[in-house]
Amino acid sequence: MATKLKPVDVVTIGIGMTGSILARELVKKGLKVVGLERGRYVDTVPDFQSPNMHDELRYAVRKGMMQDNTKETVTARNNLDETALPIRRWDSFLPGTGLGGAMNHWNGQTFRFQVADFIYKTHIEKRYGKNFLDPDLQIQDWGVTYDELEPHFDRFEYLCGTSGTAGNIKGKKQAGGNPFEAWRSRGYPTPAMKEPYFAALFRKAANELGYSPYPQPSSNLSQNYTNPEGMKLFTCSFCGFCERFGCEHFAKSSPQTIIYPVLASHSNYEPRFGCQVLKINLDSDKKKAVSVSYVDSAGREFEQPADLILLTAFSINNVRMMLLSRIGTPYDPKTGEGVVGRNYAYQTMSSAQVFYDENTNINPFMASGANGTMIDDFGGDNFDHGKHKFIGGSYIGAIMTNGRPIEFHPTPPGTPAWGLEWKKAVARHYNHTVALNVHGSSTASRGNYLDLDPTYKDAWGLPLLRITFDFPDNDIRMANFVTEKAKGIAQQMKGKTFVATPRAKSWTTTVYQTTHNTGGAVMGSDPKTSVVNRYLQSWDVPNLFVVGASAFPQNSCYNPTGTVGALTYWAADAIVNKYLKNPGKLVT
Amino acid sequence: MGDKESKDSGLTRREAIIAATSGLLVAALPVTQAEAQAVKHAAKAPKAGASPGKKKNVYIFLNKNEAAFIEAAVARLIPADDQWGGAIEADVPNYFDKQLGGSWGAGERLYRSGPWKAGTKTQGYQLPYTPAELFRTALKAIDTDLKKTPFAKMSTADQDAYLHKLEKEDIDLGGVPSKVFFSSLLQMTMEGFFSDPVYGGNRDMLSWRMIGFPGAYGSYYDIVDKHGIKIDRAPLSLAEDAAGMIHQHPNIPAKQ
Repeated sequence: MATKLKPVDVVTIGIGMTGSILARELVKKGLKVVGLERGRYVDTVPDFQSPNMHDELRYAVRKGMMQDNTKETVTARNNLDETALPIRRWDSFLPGTGLGGAMNHWNGQTFRFQVADFIYKTHIEKRYGKNFLDPDLQIQDWGVTYDELEPHFDRFEYLCGTSGTAGNIKGKKQAGGNPFEAWRSRGYPTPAMKEPYFAALFRKAANELGYSPYPQPSSNLSQNYTNPEGMKLFTCSFCGFCERFGCEHFAKSSPQTIIYPVLASHSNYEPRFGCQVLKINLDSDKKKAVSVSYVDSAGREFEQPADLILLTAFSINNVRMMLLSRIGTPYDPKTGEGVVGRNYAYQTMSSAQVFYDENTNINPFMASGANGTMIDDFGGDNFDHGKHKFIGGSYIGAIMTNGRPIEFHPTPPGTPAWGLEWKKAVARHYNHTVALNVHGSSTASRGNYLDLDPTYKDAWGLPLLRITFDFPDNDIRMANFVTEKAKGIAQQMKGKTFVATPRAKSWTTTVYQTTHNTGGAVMGSDPKTSVVNRYLQSWDVPNLFVVGASAFPQNSCYNPTGTVGALTYWAADAIVNKYLKNPGKLVT
Repeated sequence: MGDKESKDSGLTRREAIIAATSGLLVAALPVTQAEAQAVKHAAKAPKAGASPGKKKNVYIFLNKNEAAFIEAAVARLIPADDQWGGAIEADVPNYFDKQLGGSWGAGERLYRSGPWKAGTKTQGYQLPYTPAELFRTALKAIDTDLKKTPFAKMSTADQDAYLHKLEKEDIDLGGVPSKVFFSSLLQMTMEGFFSDPVYGGNRDMLSWRMIGFPGAYGSYYDIVDKHGIKIDRAPLSLAEDAAGMIHQHPNIPAKQ
């Protein structure tokens, strides 16, 4: 029997980036906020300290900071005809757990999506006509425009202290920045990172080919910085233990370094760790959320009533909680009806490698999670797609984040996988190879969606989330096109040899690609094709907001965290300035 | 870490080298004569076929037959050559033994609920075995298969051929598909060779010296933009007392 607790004003489900930012805005208004987090409390000191943090096996290979598969995982299949099976160990993507969530182990690559990304359907139809799209694609507009989000992008970047070179301030192009970027109201809070050797080699080749290289924006900081919350961040040391690791240096923006200590100092904020939320409970006519049921780390059940519930877990976990709580109609890929689980998207990755002679020391271990040089010439809709028969694009960059050798020991094509020849090739090429990333968009399509698995359950007896996903043909054509461009740059980088690896079907769960899982609880202006309205408020249950990359109607070619941050401040603004004054539907 | 172990694995010498340096890893600084000598000495690898020159491993998990297979197999996956030792010199079998006998072997962080079905190749590992069970099952089946000449007694050419067979063909090893066994064997060999020595492999940071990975250093800030420089300091294990040199910000208070 669950213990019913005293009501509070607000509950956040998850204490990661979105849960911390929203809670901070609400405690400032004097509301009593409870944060529920299934993982444990972790902080820079002592949890992320050296030397222990510099352990590739424990953190990168064995995924020491990620959600424990023993208790909870997801199932996966490529299409409706297959039986989904559990991802028994994480590989393709890595949901985090504990205070800070996935923002503890991210790389700090902090992008803004483009103007056209937010009005994607309108933009594509206007530029290429209504019949340009493959029939299986179902792209849509976000219901919010870039111009509306700009102040919130700005606020998030200043919270993080993001390092970069602006390309477009109020419509005026800036030397050294990305000429394709959307306008920004001011420059980045801190200058771009130092440029490592691999990035400089890329820059030279890209310039020679007439492209526009620019430094990747980074929330691992180029210099010491105090953010508007008064939090002090320090200069990134390029230690090479960034993604999959917590930052020992207070240099990577994560809830612990940018906002959580300020939030936790409020007496009207109460975090509860080790609390697994099972369900959001609705009233009898299912129009209002009344409480959250959870189990604590000792297995005791509680019911926490609240006036306002904020679903702030990792994107796919947001969708699962909607489905477990039976909020909104689940999407049916056969009829196209229903919305929860609709438009799940991912990221379409490919790569190239350049192998140099033995005197060219790349030193890949001197790296940060975001210290690359890249081009946006083939990003989004920055080039004319008219003759190409696909939509979307990729950025291309030399973005080497580490030289950790269990996972990074490149060898040229044709090298055997083991034995003497393999070993000599590893010794020869480890420090003399540059890898290029081709980071592509993921277009929503009819058959890609999320629902509850009919067979497999978590440790609390609840159905696992089921992912049905494969790369749409459109995205394969896109990735092949841009990978050819990357190959051209690789050739221009003038190593001894180079190789490009295009994307092929099918999506596999066994190779890391990105943790950029998006969609499933998408935002929009039509309740028939979206789960939440333009303020990320549930259409069905107005005192529930669902915040995260789950709201993306499709995925752009950029890393999603910057846009998730902007959406979070956008939703916070709507909650504080609209909803609290008049609780109810913000859009009718 | 006990003194004895430190001396056995030669850490005392490296600690001395590290203590002799100060501040961050700054390869642009000239190295001292003694340090250069020490690094040179440390980089010296056993000759191919030479005995590992170390007391025999005490295994806590692997039985005699299992150990014989693992030792012989990893020696083929990463052989010694005239410049650098291989998996044996790096103590990779010791890594296998400690991992399979520990929580990893018992299925740490592995979702283990049924029903169990063979998946498509994009669905990854779908067997009910823990890593320890998988190795124990497959190794027993290999012993049965090779009754006449155990793997460890084969010529190296025959060993390579047998490993290729496990890698490429669909052989049933008592319920474990040989391809799954082989990929686990290869993955763990890589881990034992390249991971930090605290896990019992990569002895004397052999692989790190071979490729030039400096290990657990905490900062390259001052040299990341000195493009193409050669790093020739001895690598650093997280087991070593880094004498404060891995921290870039000693002024950060313990709690912000």
